[in-house]
Amino acid sequence: MQPIHLAWVDYTVLLAYVAFVVGIGWTLARYMKTSSDFLTSARSIPTWVTGLAFISANLGALELVGMAASGAKYGIATAHFYWVGAIPAMVFLAVFMMPFYYGSKARSVPEYLQMRFNKPVMGLNAIGFAIMTVFASGISMNALAKLLNQLLGWNYHFALFVCSGVVLVYVLKGGLTSAIYTEVLQFFMIVLGFAPVVYLGLKDVGGWSAMTDKLHAVAQNPMALDLNTKAFAPDAWTSAWKPLLGGSSANPMGVDVFAIVFGLGFVLSFGYWCTNFLVVQRAMAAKNMTAARNTPIVAAIPKMLFPALVILPGMLAVALTALPDKNYRIPPPIIAPENYNKAVDVIKNTNPPNPATEIKDVSDALGQKVNADKITALITANAASKMTDDQIKNGVYMSVAAYDYDSVIFSLVKKYCPAGLLGLALTALLASFMSGMAGNVTAFNTVWTYNLYQAFFVPDKSDEHYFWMGKLITVVGIGLSILCAYFARQYNNAMDIIQLVFGFVNAPVFATFLLGMFWKRTTSIGAFFGLLGGIVSSTLFHAVTFAHGNLPGVKGGYLGMKIGFPSEMAQNFWLAAFAFTVCFVLTLVLSLATSRTKSDEQLKGLVYSLTPKIVEHNVPVWQRPAVVGTVLLIGCIILNLIFW
Amino acid sequence: MGLDIRWPIGLMFTLIGVLLTGYGTVNRAGSLTHAGGSDLNINLWWGIVLLVFGVLMLFGAARGKKTPPAA
Repeated sequence: MQPIHLAWVDYTVLLAYVAFVVGIGWTLARYMKTSSDFLTSARSIPTWVTGLAFISANLGALELVGMAASGAKYGIATAHFYWVGAIPAMVFLAVFMMPFYYGSKARSVPEYLQMRFNKPVMGLNAIGFAIMTVFASGISMNALAKLLNQLLGWNYHFALFVCSGVVLVYVLKGGLTSAIYTEVLQFFMIVLGFAPVVYLGLKDVGGWSAMTDKLHAVAQNPMALDLNTKAFAPDAWTSAWKPLLGGSSANPMGVDVFAIVFGLGFVLSFGYWCTNFLVVQRAMAAKNMTAARNTPIVAAIPKMLFPALVILPGMLAVALTALPDKNYRIPPPIIAPENYNKAVDVIKNTNPPNPATEIKDVSDALGQKVNADKITALITANAASKMTDDQIKNGVYMSVAAYDYDSVIFSLVKKYCPAGLLGLALTALLASFMSGMAGNVTAFNTVWTYNLYQAFFVPDKSDEHYFWMGKLITVVGIGLSILCAYFARQYNNAMDIIQLVFGFVNAPVFATFLLGMFWKRTTSIGAFFGLLGGIVSSTLFHAVTFAHGNLPGVKGGYLGMKIGFPSEMAQNFWLAAFAFTVCFVLTLVLSLATSRTKSDEQLKGLVYSLTPKIVEHNVPVWQRPAVVGTVLLIGCIILNLIFW
Repeated sequence: MGLDIRWPIGLMFTLIGVLLTGYGTVNRAGSLTHAGGSDLNINLWWGIVLLVFGVLMLFGAARGKKTPPAA
């Protein structure tokens, strides 16, 4: 794909956006008087704002790019991340867990663990979270800078530093409040920037039924497009559940129902949505308990509908690739222009035309597999009437038999957006990146300042001191993220390494919170060693398992390839299930074996059985989290049935 | 906290809406998108959508000013 050139109107849209987000930060600076204002927004924000910020912080550039990629690879089954994973977890958080996070007056998620258990448990969670969040930020930044470099020709370092610089300015000036408010603006920018692209894609393919018809054909013969090495039932891309029920060999994801429901739906999703301070921080900034509990509920409403915005483009891309008259294909991996020229020369200069050798020569020149039929057709067309170099190059481009799925969303933007709309879509992408990064930075600076610095290193100082530290660590945090971005750039495996660390740390942690919040008998020793055991056991699980087709190494199996899984996703889901179970059982057993260090009175407001039930007499029915949550779950079930 | 976020959101989308609508009007040929047969002046249409959205946000903010939020 050649770099896209931006017109003045595109730059104007981009600059307007930057001016507004920086302006918001600047305006809020005067309200930042205490560390609490800066790091926790002093619990002052209305529900609709925290709700949209909640979802926006999660909606980073990786999510947008990744979901479109998954939509292309796996079809509508990708929606499980939303309808089986996210929504139930968000409802659970709202109804059952926010009362403890908010009611305990903890300033962060790890701080809840300190109140419920003790400092060591809090420290374990805080350190894991701090490391994870800086890496997450860095990976996202690297992905974005790479994307801007490949697609627009921007200098990588320029893109990296300018984008981080903008975020740094508005977070440093206006703190968490600034991050939250800009996240709301970014939410609208993302939706309004990408919706037209999805609409145009749908229109181009001929509508929903035309797309599903095409996907039915593709599913039965993905080999023709080099999308997969085996054939599936016609509904593999368009049905979310039936291919799963057929077992792991019947769907492109390579997973079975248990792995999806327990591994993804329960452990990974609840682990993320219910304990990740990145999102929970937004709910904790709400102005009162009802607002805090309704924040995830408000967030869940757009979340339920997002598959139409983020997954559908991937499915459209597959359908469009399969339609020969659209002159579109899911982009191939990046190939140097010189290699394209060499391939063009092969076609031009082989006289007389000899498809058998030319296919191999073209493939060698490009360093990629090519589709034999397409090359043969190209050779024939060129022999019939001399084609220009550009036409031959396009033909070669269309025949590369490998896909860079992460480019899907931007290839659709490039195809459908004229100047103007292009600037809007590009700004939407940048907005998604900034909202994710600001979320990471504000979560990191709070956890560092209160739960590591104040708790372990320098307690008993004035609030001004911690306010200053909050600002300092914001700058340091962004600096560390930049370093992580360079690390991710350097090592191709960086993404895999981080996924790993996430899996190790995230998977078991939900067990700790579950037992801590709902069982008063859980002791600190049980919690600490249960969590530690969960982390260690997931590293061991990873060391002895592998996904078919992978070699031992970063992807597992380096201590022996003992247990194989049909796909990496399956391996990840089972790892999560295993780690959760180990942490749960270990915490339970150790808690029963040790005595409690806190009395019932000390645990009031921290454990379900020792906390008075929330009275909702003054709250209208439509604002009660349990009521709306139930409606949302029913909605999810309906969506699952529609796409059964 | 001292700033109704509807103001900046409304203002920004109104401005961008005006920009895209204007560009779509002045540069019709350059604003066409060819999707599914018929050509569409997407800048004009979507610019109008953004403009309407921005104005609605501003209305919301202006109304919010009249009824100050409970402390």
